[in-house]
Amino acid sequence: MSAALDLRPAADTEAGSLRVALVGTPNCGKTALFNALTGARQKVANYPGVTVERKEGPATTPGGRRLHVLDLPGTYSLRARSPDEAVTRDVVLGRLGGESSPDVLICVADSTNLRLVLRLLLELKAVGRPMVLALNMFDIATRQGWAIDLDRLSGELGLPVVTTVAVRRRGMDKLLEQVDILAATSPNGEQVWREPNAAELRHAHREADRILKACVKQPTLPDTWTGKLDGVLLHPVGGMVILLAILFLMFQAVFSWAVPAMDLISAAFDGLANLVKANMPAGVIQGLISDGVIAGVGSVLVFLPQIMILFFFIILLEDFGYMARAAFLMDKIMGGAGLHGRAFIPLLSSFACAIPGVMATRVIDSKYDRLATIMVAPLMTCSARIPVYTLIIAAFVPRETVYGFLNLQGLVMFGLYAAGVVSALLIAFVLRRFIWRGAVEPFIMELPAYKLPDARNVLTNVLLRAKIFLGRAGSIILPLMIVVWFLSNFPGAPAGATQPAIDYSLAGIIGHAIAPVLAPIGFNWQIAVALIPGMAAREVAVGALATVYAVSASADDVATPLGTLLAQQWSLATALSLLAWYIFAPQCLSTLGVVKRETNSWKWPIIMFVYMMALAYAASFATYHVAVALGGG
Amino acid sequence: MYLPKSPSAEAATVTNGPAAVPLGHGKLGLRGVVVQVGVTDGRAHGVPAAELERRLLEMGFVEGARVEILHEGIIGHDPIAVRLDDMRVALRRREADAILVLPDGPGR
Repeated sequence: MSAALDLRPAADTEAGSLRVALVGTPNCGKTALFNALTGARQKVANYPGVTVERKEGPATTPGGRRLHVLDLPGTYSLRARSPDEAVTRDVVLGRLGGESSPDVLICVADSTNLRLVLRLLLELKAVGRPMVLALNMFDIATRQGWAIDLDRLSGELGLPVVTTVAVRRRGMDKLLEQVDILAATSPNGEQVWREPNAAELRHAHREADRILKACVKQPTLPDTWTGKLDGVLLHPVGGMVILLAILFLMFQAVFSWAVPAMDLISAAFDGLANLVKANMPAGVIQGLISDGVIAGVGSVLVFLPQIMILFFFIILLEDFGYMARAAFLMDKIMGGAGLHGRAFIPLLSSFACAIPGVMATRVIDSKYDRLATIMVAPLMTCSARIPVYTLIIAAFVPRETVYGFLNLQGLVMFGLYAAGVVSALLIAFVLRRFIWRGAVEPFIMELPAYKLPDARNVLTNVLLRAKIFLGRAGSIILPLMIVVWFLSNFPGAPAGATQPAIDYSLAGIIGHAIAPVLAPIGFNWQIAVALIPGMAAREVAVGALATVYAVSASADDVATPLGTLLAQQWSLATALSLLAWYIFAPQCLSTLGVVKRETNSWKWPIIMFVYMMALAYAASFATYHVAVALGGG
Repeated sequence: MYLPKSPSAEAATVTNGPAAVPLGHGKLGLRGVVVQVGVTDGRAHGVPAAELERRLLEMGFVEGARVEILHEGIIGHDPIAVRLDDMRVALRRREADAILVLPDGPGR
């Protein structure tokens, strides 16, 4: 980066505001510090060209200076490996999207774990930007008995050092004051960073060790909790049992706690649609607003409670320090399928929705590990499949108890989930074994000390996830819904039509055209028609089926009358075939869109679409014919 | 200024006592000091040997660091969780083999 560009401070262009970036190792409480500095006024966007989330928020220093605070992904080194870490490097070095490097760096450190961050800090000094070290979680360090000589540390490093407790919002003023002083007094040095080689890393470690020995005294009461908890949570057998129990609890919560909120949301959208119908003249506009926009957006927003509950658990476990343990426990199983232990979290997120799952793969270093994870993430049973599954299970699977305690319907649901997981692992195995061969990326992961999650921090992050989901619903799903509504309503039914209107529409025409292709897997033309709008989002197929079968979609409970009708109209084989179809079919344009964005090419979404479609067809074909042979036709 | 000798030279001087073992071969409970970091057995990893060496160094596996194997996975005793000075790190035995450890003697 040329010096001329570096000297053009963003301060000039952005009305006197200063760009400040937070850098630190993973698990140092950087995000909590970011939340404490910026409050709820954060913006999340994507960096241009890359897909890593850019978290930015404003803050004001005691001196009245306005700051743009940037939260960068945690890293142990500027030598980036994952797309996440590459962003940290490029932002710090001013290589990204024409932005100059930040005016001031805040290096965030976990006060109880300084060794690695000191080495990172020595590396960051080569960037030549004014920098302040924030010793975060200082309360925990004090409680554990760490004695840190702040003046000496500051002198050795040649930087101001501030102690903070981000979750209690302590030390923020002092930190901002230092930013003020640095901005006013520190000249920018020369940017001389380059990738350190092994000898330089060893040398930096020795230097960091020397500083550590000179300034920090080991605690008299070390953290014994982490050791004791790990004894249980990482126990070869007990640890696995606990992990499964946590996952079970999570799914129970996602599916049962969310129900009242989901009922409320769908009732609200039904009410809104009815209000529009009651107060607007009937016609195209009324239909577009009530059936297209309101019903369409409602059908997606109804998943918000489930997504929030799932993220609540993920963030809670992450903040507690458990997620790294889960990756440790799952590494061998994931590794058997050729996936990285870190793929566990993206795949877990995919149970709510494949979109955050695909986005969460950014923490995976290796390109092929990441691609393999992206390709199988949509096979995880996302919550949009649930309405389809429940509709068909309720209509075709008897409510019986088998083996004395197992609910047969629940068992079928579990089987569908298991089929998704097993097929995802199998596909990953095939990809890594036959297509992207070679040794799996190293798995080297810090197991952070356990910490009590901070309620406010967890809440802020859950709300942020909700905001991202809502933004997506607005930008991707809304236009898609309008397209689907258009396809399903135009051209309109001719006068004296005997069939439901959708039958005459473009969706109906397409559905009839592809019906012969779907006949061998037991689908009738009504299903074919419903699958067209179901491309936008899986659950839309339920509403579309209701429309096709001319059942009023705005009835209080869509599922019951529709389910009864389906039970009369479809054979068991057809129903099972449709379930098999939904395990695999790429019935979600949003996911394909996100994969395109994440991989920066059309190649991967197209491959994903083709392979999932082929699997879906094969699975449905097999299911249908086996079921017919067994008398389910 | 102290310039690092080549790691193998350092290892040679210490291996006169009890034999150094690759961390990846260590049993649960193994304690010792890291004497050498770097791929020596020529085994292929997902990344080039020099890159693996740097990643291990960045995570704090550096000559002189104290290690102890704390936990291991259920399948094939893999991966392992290691106490590394005052932090904890999880890694696979395959990668841990690039770290030579001088076990503590019985008296220590």
